[in-house]
Amino acid sequence: MVKEMLTGNFAAAWGARLSGVDYVPAFPITPQTEIIEVISKWVNSGVMDTKFTNMDSEHSMITAAGTAAATGARVFSATSSQGLLYGCEMLYAVAGWRVPFVLINVSRGLSAPITLEPDHNDVLSARDTGLIQLHVETCQEILDTILMAFRIAEDERVFLPVLINMDGFYLSFTREPVEIPGLDEVREFLPEYRPGHAFFLASKPMAQGVAVLGGSVYSYFRYQMHLASSNALRVHNEVAAEFKSIFGRAYSAVEPFKTEDAEYIILMTNSFTVKGKDAVNRFREKGIKVGLVRLRLVRPFPFQELREYLRGKKALAVIDQNISPGSGGILYNEVTSALYHEPNRPGAVLSFIGGLGGKDISLAEFSFILDEMQKSVETGIVPETQLLYTEQDMKNMNNFLNIAGKG
Amino acid sequence: MNVNMEKSAYENFKDISQDEHIAPGTALCSGCGGLLALRLALKVLGENVVIVNAAGCFTLLSVYPFNPFRSSWMYTAMACAPAGAQGIRDALDILIKKGKVKKEDDLKVVVLTGDGTANDIGLQATSAVLQRNLDFYYLCYDNEAYSNTGFQMSSATPFGSKTNTSVPGGVNPGGTAQKKKDLFEIWRAHKPPYMATIAPSHPVDLSNKFKKAAQFKGPKLFITFAPCPSGWSFDDSKSVEISKLAVQTGIWPLKEAICGELSHTVIPKFKPVETYLVAQERYDHLFHPVKQVDVIRVIKEDIDHYWQPYLGVEPLQDQS
Repeated sequence: MVKEMLTGNFAAAWGARLSGVDYVPAFPITPQTEIIEVISKWVNSGVMDTKFTNMDSEHSMITAAGTAAATGARVFSATSSQGLLYGCEMLYAVAGWRVPFVLINVSRGLSAPITLEPDHNDVLSARDTGLIQLHVETCQEILDTILMAFRIAEDERVFLPVLINMDGFYLSFTREPVEIPGLDEVREFLPEYRPGHAFFLASKPMAQGVAVLGGSVYSYFRYQMHLASSNALRVHNEVAAEFKSIFGRAYSAVEPFKTEDAEYIILMTNSFTVKGKDAVNRFREKGIKVGLVRLRLVRPFPFQELREYLRGKKALAVIDQNISPGSGGILYNEVTSALYHEPNRPGAVLSFIGGLGGKDISLAEFSFILDEMQKSVETGIVPETQLLYTEQDMKNMNNFLNIAGKG
Repeated sequence: MNVNMEKSAYENFKDISQDEHIAPGTALCSGCGGLLALRLALKVLGENVVIVNAAGCFTLLSVYPFNPFRSSWMYTAMACAPAGAQGIRDALDILIKKGKVKKEDDLKVVVLTGDGTANDIGLQATSAVLQRNLDFYYLCYDNEAYSNTGFQMSSATPFGSKTNTSVPGGVNPGGTAQKKKDLFEIWRAHKPPYMATIAPSHPVDLSNKFKKAAQFKGPKLFITFAPCPSGWSFDDSKSVEISKLAVQTGIWPLKEAICGELSHTVIPKFKPVETYLVAQERYDHLFHPVKQVDVIRVIKEDIDHYWQPYLGVEPLQDQS
């Protein structure tokens, strides 16, 4: 057992290495590139017995990942932002092929305007593709989740690719202590891949990804994907339990933080959850009963688990680090639909957009969220979606507007 | 003129295998010239292939739960069949290296695309696998338009022809105003080990080319002339005849290039190109209600310009 200071990208590369992947098709994009650079070095130095191919686009990369998985290889790849969207057609395709592989998205805000820092519109644009989605908070969790993701993807009840999201910059380029498990332990948890259903062999011809004619055939296969994705919740929990028994670290579809006696809950995803947890601790010091729920499994959506943590709370604030223009927060809509039939649901569910393009969410903003929750409970009036944007943010922006001649 | 004079594996039609690798009764149009070329190609390639198909006419070869092949099939999407081939080849290579797949289970990877895919949306992915020297076959069935969607113009559509998005009219009586993209030369710039044009009317030439290609590791690329009865509007019994005319008028040169070095495998008789044009309704507007001599002259000049560097300076087409 080794503990090293690793960036999120480096931890992801370790996850791929420990998983014994056969194939890595790659295409660079900031802030993901370090992952494929590290893997390329390891392949060329001989420490990874893996075929590494520099592809010509994410569209090609996701295609090659899918067909290699359809041939029976254990496949890993990584992308980000524009790249994920460029390959989006093939995300739907590879999920429909029902091939298991693991794809990392290092999240980054989408163009336009073009930027480098994270929010989750990129990964959530893949929400309906059929890929399983796991969103991680720490560098350790990236490595661990890759090992778990192969188990989930390759499970007969699932057979879908898994997309793991980690935040660009906040995780990709931030060093944290990461425990690198030993290969023997990893093999006990994740044995070598022996595909039973994916192959192209001279002795066993197979047709994959074939066309269908007519809605009844199409509906059948599409709904099968929904059932398979739904199965992934149970499979995730089984895999997480086994992971804990071997490695000692526990992961759940929904991670509660000081929720038990909490009256107010903040719901978040990914690395900014760290900021949320810090805010919760500060509020607790003042005797305010605030808790936090982190959504780790985004697809399948863990409806039941969420309800359990949110039942009976006074108010819930969903912080969406994404924006659906004309609607608001993407996760807010999903969370509220999960609660609609819950008789004992929170009295108010508030929607906040924050952290777009990597904008910080400060303690002041968390305090504002808490105030708004309390106000809603008192007045019974729940505000529309609000953008978390401080006076200082506006001041800085006004400076830019002045320079641009638009002040 | 560099004509290939080596002794060929296939001397005449009887040398071609009678084994069939595509069952009859597919959903493709009757008289499909591309299907005939594929059928002939598979007689040389054999059964141990995996076809990686791009969206196009041939998507309809495999419609759940039917499949006419004895071999494997992977449907990808329009832009990325070569990338799909890369994934399969890479996977087979590493799995064989690791002992997870037996050497005798190895497959030839064959990409199948139409001309729209090959020339337009899939050109990037094709260029990339050529640059990576992927060991695979590529068969483009060139029916000179997006035929599966009802015959719209692609960049392989010939000058002066009619498609449903280049319909001749008062403003533009000639139909397609652009020249056909020279995909062969684009491919040749990558210097792949083997590439050729083929035609279903010339099965011996076709078979020899696939046989010859087999000795090379790396990209082996084919563009087959693919007469399209429904798109070009001719009787579906005439596909081979149309294909023959295309070769004989010099509009479809049969050639190959080994590591970029070009040679022609058939020297045409240079029949007047009108004999080819009048046989298809897609060129009707060039002859009715009035003969569009300017458009026909450009078509002839283009044939001359193509062949003259190889054959000499005399006009080859009857310029009357």
